[in-house]
Amino acid sequence: MSVHLGGSLRTVWTAVRAMVVLTVILGILYPLVVLAIGRVAFPSQAGGSLIRNANGQVVGSSLIGQSFSDADGNPLPQYFQPRPSVAGDGYDATSSGASNLGPESNALFAAIEERKAAIAEFNGVAVADVPPDAVTASGSGLDPDISVAYATIQIDRVARVRNLSPDVVSSLVSQYTRGRDLGYIGEPRVNVVELNLALDEYHG
Amino acid sequence: MAWFWAVTSLVTVALILGLAYRPLGDYMAWVFTTESDWRAERWIYRLIGVDPRAGQSWKAYLRAVLAFSGAGLVLFYALERLQPYLPFSLGFPAMSPDLAFNTAASFVGNTNWQSYVPEHTVGYAVQMLGLTVQSFVSGAVGIAVAIALVRGIAYRNRGTLGNFWVDVVRASLRILGPLALIAAIVLLAGGVIQNLHGVTQITTVAGGTQTIPGGPVASQEAIKMLGTNGGGFFNANSAHPFENPTAWTNVVQVLLLLLIPFCLPRTFGTMIGDQRAGFIILATMAALFCVVFVSITAAELSGHGTAFQVAGAAMEGKEQRFGIIQSTLFATATTGTTGGAANSMHGSYTAIGGMVMILNMAMGEVSPGGVGTGLYTLLVLVVITVFLTGQLLGRAPVVFGKRIGVREVILSGVMILVLPVLALGGMAITMSLPSIRDQIVGQAMSEPGPHGVSELVYAFISAAINNGSAFAGFSANTPYLNTFLGIIILLGRFVPIALVLALAGSFAAQDRTTASAAELPVYRPQFVIWLIFLVVFISLPTFFPVLLCGPLAEGLA
Repeated sequence: MSVHLGGSLRTVWTAVRAMVVLTVILGILYPLVVLAIGRVAFPSQAGGSLIRNANGQVVGSSLIGQSFSDADGNPLPQYFQPRPSVAGDGYDATSSGASNLGPESNALFAAIEERKAAIAEFNGVAVADVPPDAVTASGSGLDPDISVAYATIQIDRVARVRNLSPDVVSSLVSQYTRGRDLGYIGEPRVNVVELNLALDEYHG
Repeated sequence: MAWFWAVTSLVTVALILGLAYRPLGDYMAWVFTTESDWRAERWIYRLIGVDPRAGQSWKAYLRAVLAFSGAGLVLFYALERLQPYLPFSLGFPAMSPDLAFNTAASFVGNTNWQSYVPEHTVGYAVQMLGLTVQSFVSGAVGIAVAIALVRGIAYRNRGTLGNFWVDVVRASLRILGPLALIAAIVLLAGGVIQNLHGVTQITTVAGGTQTIPGGPVASQEAIKMLGTNGGGFFNANSAHPFENPTAWTNVVQVLLLLLIPFCLPRTFGTMIGDQRAGFIILATMAALFCVVFVSITAAELSGHGTAFQVAGAAMEGKEQRFGIIQSTLFATATTGTTGGAANSMHGSYTAIGGMVMILNMAMGEVSPGGVGTGLYTLLVLVVITVFLTGQLLGRAPVVFGKRIGVREVILSGVMILVLPVLALGGMAITMSLPSIRDQIVGQAMSEPGPHGVSELVYAFISAAINNGSAFAGFSANTPYLNTFLGIIILLGRFVPIALVLALAGSFAAQDRTTASAAELPVYRPQFVIWLIFLVVFISLPTFFPVLLCGPLAEGLA
């Protein structure tokens, strides 16, 4: 019995030492090696793909969506609007998350109906022309992208408010439209953060 | 057209896995059979006081698994409770005892259920020293146990199964470590962050403010996928642009999830000296994967459900860069591998899509299953299939040269009962406690009714099978659920491991017979079909009643 107990204690002591050794290798050494590689080889990506305006100020990350609403939460008409977000009060990058509401949820049904009507009115288009991504919240709440269809129905409104010709806005949209990765993976999309920054910095 | 993109993505994944199958499978076989140690490994064995050539009986092997996982559990718990005293903790307080227990159990058990919001709960020290480390070593434990079972089949008249300490160190340093490093670099190139910045306050394009998080994400993301763990750095997991920035990184993540589980059959074939054995396992995994992928994709493309009909598509909880196809591809991989990661919110899938995901877990995680767990679970199911078919057809119950006697049948039979007993039994106990039931129906469920039932069913199956994904509308961060689900996770992890090692021990003690005409011929497509049939018909009737109350009721509404 005492032999057995001694054996078990020895196993536990081995286990503790093994866990400590592996923690040093995999929990400290490995992340620091990746950190060093990131700093040397991919400094921009490792730092969060930050984007700057013409003055050199950081205005966000090209990967993280932003809110383009006023303080009361009303959409600003001079900007392309992103998808609905339930991360915090909307695009709160410290509270990523989704609604997690199911297909038969009354709350989700009501929210989608309301968004659909509001977006149709805001952009002066028919309710049937509002695409699905415009009325559904993303999984992260930080989706920086919208579909090409949602960008298209916003072109006239943005052009009117900014006194630009729709052709100019339309060509900016094409410039910030990305096709499927490698031509066939994922969906075509328009990066709203980059597009709106480009609009603000557009001078004739 | 959507199906065209679905098929091309699936073919891409299949081709790359096909290219890796032989070299990686054989490499892993070499790792676990070679007698030569690296110098670094010899230092480690000396440091932890282990003789790398000493063989262990199945009981000693199991004791080592339990001691190692127990040590991990205690150290991880201590880190979480001592968080305020650790550097790089971003000022977060200690985690509550029940949450710390749940999280430690969950990561040590390769489940990575997260009932907390990482952005507000865990600092960089706990992320790196706790989450990242357990993501490695819990995966390594799964691989080690699978290898022990394979050795049991390969060995003749032996009392030992190899040495756990050698297996876990080699799985960590020779397989998971190097692959994770390569994966982390690829993910970095795609935009996954890796820094220790803390948060950055910025003024947005429209003049508002935004707080952008930092963190050592790429290093954790790589092993989160490769070890079929799923514990995300951020709450939104692989939907978060800093974890999974673009569509091609999504394919990389799916490949990382599937890589080791799909290559282990080759390791098995090589180690027992018969590649046909590896192929029947691989064929079963691949067939189930394809059926599940097609089912979930069809459900999501249909956009069935009142809210989605109004929206025009089932895009709630899905990212624009992924769309439906990349979301369902990921969902198939994550629910088929004990992955538990998510790039889209499973609770917002169509009712039938959600049900297929629940079934994919309820089949015992064999499409292709977690690292190691997929292989050993399927091998146990092969034992049961051979036994049952042998009874029906009057063939000798022998497989891979090993006789299936009473002991082997009992161990395998108990093993397939673990999941339903833990998941359904746990749910029954929980819902029969009046105060807990009121709390769950009133608060934890996002809505009462069928969707709430789906959330509950998903949570218990996910914990019992060590998946870790969720219908995340379910708020499980209560002392009761944290503790109870934590216990279910540990039982769901270590009871099957004990049974598998016992089975390995009894196989190793046998001689290995050469095939005879009296045996069932297993190396045929008919056997794979039988095996799939058995997988489905063990799980479907068992879980049909709860599926009827949850997703089926919701889908038929």
